[in-house]
Amino acid sequence: MAKKSFRQDHLLGIEHLRVEDIEVILETAEAFIEVSSRDVKKVPALKGKTVVNLFFENSTRTRSSFEIAAKRLSADLINFSASASSLKKGESLKDTVLTLEAMNPHIIVIRHSASGSPLYLTTFARSSIVNAGDGFHEHPTQALLDALTAKQELGTLRGLKIAIIGDILHSRVARSNIFLHHKLGNEIALIGPPSLVPKEFEQLGATVYYDIRAGVRNADVVMMLRVQEERGARNYFPSIREYRNRFAITRDIFRLAKKRAILMHPGPINRDVEIDTAMADAPESVILKQVTNGIAVRMAVLYLLKGELDEAAN
Amino acid sequence: MKEKVKAKIMDEKKMQRTFLRLAVEVLERNRDMDKLVLIGIQTRGVYVAKRIQQLIKEQENVNVPLGILDITMFRDDLHRHERQPAVRKTEIKFSVEDKDIVLIDDVLFTGRTIRAAMDSIFELGRPASVQLAVLIDRGHRELPISPDFSGKFLPTARRERVKVMLKELDGQDQVLITETAGF
Repeated sequence: MAKKSFRQDHLLGIEHLRVEDIEVILETAEAFIEVSSRDVKKVPALKGKTVVNLFFENSTRTRSSFEIAAKRLSADLINFSASASSLKKGESLKDTVLTLEAMNPHIIVIRHSASGSPLYLTTFARSSIVNAGDGFHEHPTQALLDALTAKQELGTLRGLKIAIIGDILHSRVARSNIFLHHKLGNEIALIGPPSLVPKEFEQLGATVYYDIRAGVRNADVVMMLRVQEERGARNYFPSIREYRNRFAITRDIFRLAKKRAILMHPGPINRDVEIDTAMADAPESVILKQVTNGIAVRMAVLYLLKGELDEAAN
Repeated sequence: MKEKVKAKIMDEKKMQRTFLRLAVEVLERNRDMDKLVLIGIQTRGVYVAKRIQQLIKEQENVNVPLGILDITMFRDDLHRHERQPAVRKTEIKFSVEDKDIVLIDDVLFTGRTIRAAMDSIFELGRPASVQLAVLIDRGHRELPISPDFSGKFLPTARRERVKVMLKELDGQDQVLITETAGF
């Protein structure tokens, strides 16, 4: 039996991973779950390594999740947020990263509103780059933690139907999930108003539905996306009330999914907008398990990347 | 690179006898069965521990708790690998506080694995004692560690490999000395 291995210097997205890379990340994450259940939640695996959280967009949960993950592996972590930084003083992204790199970090975790900025960093950085969300492009650790949660709850990641509902157009979470489940051969249903779910998404290996009932039917995983008002989502449908009437998940609609189906949401949730409050708290809702699993997945990613790039490769 | 078998050290019968002797020695040393727990080191140590646990049950009709320990995150050579070694499951469902722990592995070599295992265990609590049981002690220690219970002391050359094969993983019970040809 050949041993599976992870062969990436960076985690820029799901699109370029091999199925084997995904499997190794999830298996490593499963092993790391135990660390978080201990009294002393710390292992020395990344002792002496430095991780920089470089966040140019507001984020509490992803940033803290990476922070906890790094600390549980005994890495040193520096939080660098745009509001407090020299970017306000006119420094370019490249100069900011070069300055940080002069302090010899091993891994840079970046969130940026520009799609492709993590890839751009790899053109000159010596650290391993982890994409924590770039524009409308990808949010790979979110898709990985969703997959870990589904694997735990359903016992498998194969032969599933994944229904993703909401603002697909602006969602990097949706894209990463589509790439991941397409690679694993799962059926993907994308559901929402035509303005937010362009038919072109079918080219990624999904089926588009404008009727939530048809899309959710027989799903194993129902994944709700937040209505992202800060990205102008409100301009894409007439009113929140109409959106809620047509695309919110309610008990009646969730019943159409498989009996064992689970309900996910990357958070933060808008109760009674995209998710009925009773459903958010229902036993089928695994929203808080996703948060817990996020730490294990990020520990796995930081551990596997480790961040010592061969100088010659750059 | 091809692996060449140089000698067969144990067959199934011999291994069974050795497991039994180890189980009996563990029992002799640990009269307070309420405090006794076994911890097997991933991967083969876990199966050796399971054998010993079963033999203790046959002898004394008690189920001694068995934990599984993966020491990867406590290794001292993580920075030397080009790719990170795989992390496997740790599953210790009991408290180690004030327990007499018998740490179990298949082969004792440099002692570095045992050092990592002890560091890992002490993160979980303060045991009353830690003992070490191994099926094969092949020498070449690099740390001040020695087994409390040893199935067989087997002098080896460094380049040789001691291969413990177990039914559960390899389909048969045997211990081989192999050498990788083609250096």
